[in-house]
Amino acid sequence: MLISNLEIIPDRKVVKHLGLVQGSSVRAKHVGRDIMASLKNILGGELVGYTELLSESREEAMDRLKAQAESIGANAILNVRFSTSSVAQGAAEIYVYGTAVVLE
Amino acid sequence: MIYQIIWVLALLVVGYIIGTYLERKHYRSILKREEALRSLPVVASKYLPEDGVSYQQTLVMGNVTISVDYFKRFLATLHNFFGGRVTSYESLLDRARREAMLRMKSQAASQQASLVLNVKYETASIYKGSGSNIGSVEVLAYGTALIPKST
Repeated sequence: MLISNLEIIPDRKVVKHLGLVQGSSVRAKHVGRDIMASLKNILGGELVGYTELLSESREEAMDRLKAQAESIGANAILNVRFSTSSVAQGAAEIYVYGTAVVLE
Repeated sequence: MIYQIIWVLALLVVGYIIGTYLERKHYRSILKREEALRSLPVVASKYLPEDGVSYQQTLVMGNVTISVDYFKRFLATLHNFFGGRVTSYESLLDRARREAMLRMKSQAASQQASLVLNVKYETASIYKGSGSNIGSVEVLAYGTALIPKST
Protein backbone atom coordinates (compact mmCIF):
# COMPACT_ATOMS: atom_id res chain seq x y z
CA MET A 1 0.00 0.00 0.00
CA LEU A 2 1.55 3.25 -1.14
CA ILE A 3 0.61 6.26 0.97
CA SER A 4 1.65 9.68 -0.25
CA ASN A 5 0.61 13.26 0.19
CA LEU A 6 1.46 14.09 -3.41
CA GLU A 7 -1.22 14.02 -6.09
CA ILE A 8 0.82 12.28 -8.75
CA ILE A 9 3.17 9.34 -8.66
CA PRO A 10 6.00 9.49 -11.17
CA ASP A 11 6.04 6.85 -13.91
CA ARG A 12 2.77 5.30 -12.74
CA LYS A 13 -0.70 5.93 -14.06
CA VAL A 14 -3.91 6.01 -12.07
CA VAL A 15 -6.19 3.46 -13.73
CA LYS A 16 -9.13 3.71 -11.37
CA HIS A 17 -10.32 6.34 -8.91
CA LEU A 18 -12.15 4.95 -5.88
CA GLY A 19 -13.03 8.09 -3.94
CA LEU A 20 -12.23 9.33 -0.46
CA VAL A 21 -11.12 6.97 2.30
CA GLN A 22 -10.68 7.95 5.90
CA GLY A 23 -9.52 6.74 9.27
CA SER A 24 -9.97 8.28 12.68
CA SER A 25 -9.00 7.50 16.23
CA VAL A 26 -9.94 9.12 19.53
CA ARG A 27 -7.60 8.58 22.45
CA ALA A 28 -7.53 9.76 26.03
CA LYS A 29 -4.43 9.85 28.18
CA HIS A 30 -4.17 8.00 31.47
CA VAL A 31 -3.89 9.62 34.87
CA GLY A 32 -0.13 9.15 35.27
CA ARG A 33 0.50 11.11 32.11
CA ASP A 34 -1.91 13.78 33.24
CA ILE A 35 -0.02 14.30 36.50
CA MET A 36 3.29 14.58 34.63
CA ALA A 37 1.64 16.97 32.20
CA SER A 38 0.42 19.28 34.96
CA LEU A 39 3.94 19.35 36.40
CA LYS A 40 5.30 20.21 32.95
CA ASN A 41 2.66 22.93 32.70
CA ILE A 42 4.47 24.71 35.54
CA LEU A 43 8.02 24.07 34.35
CA GLY A 44 7.47 24.20 30.61
CA GLY A 45 9.00 21.85 28.09
CA GLU A 46 7.98 18.86 26.05
CA LEU A 47 5.03 16.73 27.18
CA VAL A 48 6.51 13.39 26.13
CA GLY A 49 3.41 11.44 27.15
CA TYR A 50 1.20 13.49 24.89
CA THR A 51 3.63 13.26 21.99
CA GLU A 52 3.58 9.46 22.28
CA LEU A 53 -0.18 9.35 22.72
CA LEU A 54 -0.80 11.39 19.59
CA SER A 55 1.69 9.51 17.46
CA GLU A 56 0.18 6.18 18.59
CA SER A 57 -3.31 7.31 17.71
CA ARG A 58 -2.04 8.64 14.38
CA GLU A 59 -0.62 5.18 13.64
CA GLU A 60 -3.97 3.65 14.46
CA ALA A 61 -5.87 6.11 12.27
CA MET A 62 -3.51 5.30 9.42
CA ASP A 63 -4.07 1.57 9.93
CA ARG A 64 -7.80 2.15 9.63
CA LEU A 65 -7.27 4.26 6.54
CA LYS A 66 -5.24 1.45 4.98
CA ALA A 67 -7.80 -1.19 5.96
CA GLN A 68 -10.60 0.79 4.35
CA ALA A 69 -8.62 1.35 1.18
CA GLU A 70 -7.71 -2.35 0.98
CA SER A 71 -11.32 -3.40 1.44
CA ILE A 72 -12.37 -1.47 -1.66
CA GLY A 73 -9.49 -2.82 -3.69
CA ALA A 74 -7.14 0.15 -3.85
CA ASN A 75 -3.39 -0.22 -3.97
CA ALA A 76 -2.44 3.37 -3.20
CA ILE A 77 -3.75 6.37 -1.26
CA LEU A 78 -2.84 9.76 -2.67
CA ASN A 79 -3.11 13.30 -1.36
CA VAL A 80 -3.25 12.23 2.30
CA ARG A 81 -4.05 14.93 4.88
CA PHE A 82 -3.97 14.89 8.67
CA SER A 83 -6.34 16.75 10.93
CA THR A 84 -6.55 17.01 14.72
CA SER A 85 -9.35 18.13 16.98
CA SER A 86 -9.92 17.84 20.70
CA VAL A 87 -13.36 16.50 21.49
CA ALA A 88 -13.15 16.58 25.28
CA GLN A 89 -10.64 17.50 27.94
CA GLY A 90 -7.63 15.24 27.63
CA ALA A 91 -8.91 13.37 24.59
CA ALA A 92 -7.85 14.09 21.05
CA GLU A 93 -9.27 12.98 17.74
CA ILE A 94 -6.89 12.25 14.92
CA TYR A 95 -8.38 12.14 11.46
CA VAL A 96 -6.60 11.00 8.31
CA TYR A 97 -8.12 11.12 4.84
CA GLY A 98 -7.00 10.64 1.29
CA THR A 99 -8.00 9.50 -2.17
CA ALA A 100 -7.95 5.77 -2.82
CA VAL A 101 -6.78 4.85 -6.30
CA VAL A 102 -5.65 1.85 -8.27
CA LEU A 103 -2.24 2.33 -9.84
CA GLU A 104 -1.16 0.21 -12.77
CA MET B 1 -4.62 34.12 51.87
CA ILE B 2 -0.98 35.05 52.47
CA TYR B 3 0.03 31.42 51.86
CA GLN B 4 -1.76 31.44 48.54
CA ILE B 5 0.16 34.52 47.42
CA ILE B 6 3.44 32.93 48.53
CA TRP B 7 2.52 29.74 46.67
CA VAL B 8 1.77 31.61 43.44
CA LEU B 9 4.98 33.64 43.76
CA ALA B 10 6.97 30.46 44.35
CA LEU B 11 5.43 28.86 41.25
CA LEU B 12 6.26 31.99 39.24
CA VAL B 13 9.89 31.97 40.36
CA VAL B 14 10.32 28.21 39.83
CA GLY B 15 8.55 28.43 36.45
CA TYR B 16 10.73 31.34 35.38
CA ILE B 17 14.07 29.79 36.38
CA ILE B 18 13.46 26.24 35.14
CA GLY B 19 11.36 27.31 32.16
CA THR B 20 14.03 29.72 30.91
CA TYR B 21 16.73 27.11 31.41
CA LEU B 22 14.75 24.44 29.52
CA GLU B 23 13.92 26.83 26.70
CA ARG B 24 17.55 27.85 26.21
CA LYS B 25 18.60 24.21 26.27
CA HIS B 26 15.94 23.36 23.70
CA TYR B 27 16.98 26.22 21.39
CA ARG B 28 20.63 25.15 21.58
CA SER B 29 19.65 21.61 20.64
CA ILE B 30 17.39 22.86 17.81
CA LEU B 31 20.17 25.00 16.33
CA LYS B 32 22.65 22.15 16.52
CA ARG B 33 20.35 19.63 14.82
CA GLU B 34 19.22 22.16 12.19
CA GLU B 35 22.87 22.65 11.26
CA ALA B 36 23.35 18.89 10.94
CA LEU B 37 20.27 18.39 8.75
CA ARG B 38 20.74 21.46 6.56
CA SER B 39 21.85 19.40 3.56
CA LEU B 40 18.38 17.81 3.24
CA PRO B 41 16.08 20.23 1.39
CA VAL B 42 12.44 20.52 2.46
CA VAL B 43 10.07 22.03 -0.11
CA ALA B 44 6.40 22.95 -0.10
CA SER B 45 6.08 22.22 -3.82
CA LYS B 46 3.94 19.34 -5.08
CA TYR B 47 5.93 18.69 -8.21
CA LEU B 48 8.84 16.34 -8.51
CA PRO B 49 12.21 17.65 -9.69
CA GLU B 50 12.80 16.95 -13.37
CA ASP B 51 16.33 15.66 -12.98
CA GLY B 52 15.86 12.27 -14.58
CA VAL B 53 16.47 10.38 -11.34
CA SER B 54 13.79 7.87 -10.41
CA TYR B 55 12.60 8.12 -6.86
CA GLN B 56 10.81 5.90 -4.42
CA GLN B 57 8.49 7.87 -2.17
CA THR B 58 7.27 7.46 1.37
CA LEU B 59 5.31 9.52 3.88
CA VAL B 60 7.38 10.95 6.73
CA MET B 61 6.14 12.85 9.76
CA GLY B 62 7.28 14.30 13.04
CA ASN B 63 5.21 15.50 15.97
CA VAL B 64 5.86 17.24 19.28
CA THR B 65 3.80 18.56 22.18
CA ILE B 66 5.24 21.50 24.11
CA SER B 67 3.91 23.40 27.09
CA VAL B 68 4.76 26.88 28.35
CA ASP B 69 5.87 27.42 31.93
CA TYR B 70 3.83 29.04 34.68
CA PHE B 71 5.61 32.39 34.45
CA LYS B 72 5.01 32.73 30.71
CA ARG B 73 1.37 31.78 31.11
CA PHE B 74 1.08 34.54 33.70
CA LEU B 75 2.67 36.98 31.24
CA ALA B 76 0.25 35.85 28.54
CA THR B 77 -2.69 36.56 30.83
CA LEU B 78 -1.36 40.10 31.30
CA HIS B 79 -0.95 40.46 27.53
CA ASN B 80 -4.53 39.31 27.11
CA PHE B 81 -5.58 42.21 29.28
CA PHE B 82 -3.43 44.93 27.74
CA GLY B 83 -3.18 43.65 24.19
CA GLY B 84 -0.08 43.54 22.01
CA ARG B 85 2.31 40.82 21.00
CA VAL B 86 2.09 37.73 23.15
CA THR B 87 5.81 36.98 22.98
CA SER B 88 5.64 34.08 25.39
CA TYR B 89 3.42 32.09 23.04
CA GLU B 90 5.42 33.14 19.98
CA SER B 91 8.47 31.32 21.24
CA LEU B 92 6.37 28.30 22.22
CA LEU B 93 4.99 27.92 18.70
CA ASP B 94 8.36 28.61 17.12
CA ARG B 95 9.98 25.87 19.18
CA ALA B 96 7.20 23.40 18.49
CA ARG B 97 7.24 23.96 14.72
CA ARG B 98 11.01 23.74 14.43
CA GLU B 99 11.14 20.64 16.60
CA ALA B 100 8.41 18.88 14.57
CA MET B 101 10.21 19.80 11.34
CA LEU B 102 13.49 18.44 12.71
CA ARG B 103 11.88 15.14 13.71
CA MET B 104 10.36 14.81 10.26
CA LYS B 105 13.70 15.59 8.64
CA SER B 106 15.58 13.10 10.77
CA GLN B 107 13.05 10.41 9.89
CA ALA B 108 13.57 11.24 6.21
CA ALA B 109 17.35 11.31 6.63
CA SER B 110 17.37 7.90 8.30
CA GLN B 111 15.77 6.48 5.15
CA GLN B 112 18.44 8.11 2.92
CA ALA B 113 15.96 10.53 1.35
CA SER B 114 17.39 13.31 -0.79
CA LEU B 115 14.38 15.65 -0.74
CA VAL B 116 11.11 16.13 1.14
CA LEU B 117 8.18 17.43 -0.92
CA ASN B 118 4.78 18.95 -0.13
CA VAL B 119 5.43 19.68 3.53
CA LYS B 120 2.39 20.61 5.59
CA TYR B 121 2.01 21.69 9.20
CA GLU B 122 -0.89 20.81 11.44
CA THR B 123 -1.34 22.51 14.81
CA ALA B 124 -3.70 21.54 17.61
CA SER B 125 -4.07 22.99 21.06
CA ILE B 126 -4.69 20.07 23.37
CA TYR B 127 -6.41 21.89 26.18
CA LYS B 128 -8.92 23.50 23.87
CA GLY B 129 -12.45 23.16 25.21
CA SER B 130 -11.35 22.50 28.78
CA GLY B 131 -11.87 26.13 29.78
CA SER B 132 -8.29 26.74 30.89
CA ASN B 133 -5.57 28.60 29.00
CA ILE B 134 -4.08 27.32 25.78
CA GLY B 135 -0.86 26.33 27.53
CA SER B 136 0.28 23.51 25.32
CA VAL B 137 0.25 22.86 21.60
CA GLU B 138 0.84 19.85 19.43
CA VAL B 139 2.47 20.37 16.06
CA LEU B 140 2.70 17.75 13.33
CA ALA B 141 4.85 18.22 10.25
CA TYR B 142 4.46 15.79 7.38
CA GLY B 143 5.59 15.42 3.83
CA THR B 144 6.65 13.01 1.12
CA ALA B 145 10.27 11.90 1.26
CA LEU B 146 11.92 11.07 -2.06
CA ILE B 147 14.47 8.29 -1.89
CA PRO B 148 16.65 7.88 -5.01
CA LYS B 149 16.39 4.35 -6.40
CA SER B 150 19.76 2.62 -6.34
CA THR B 151 19.48 0.98 -9.74
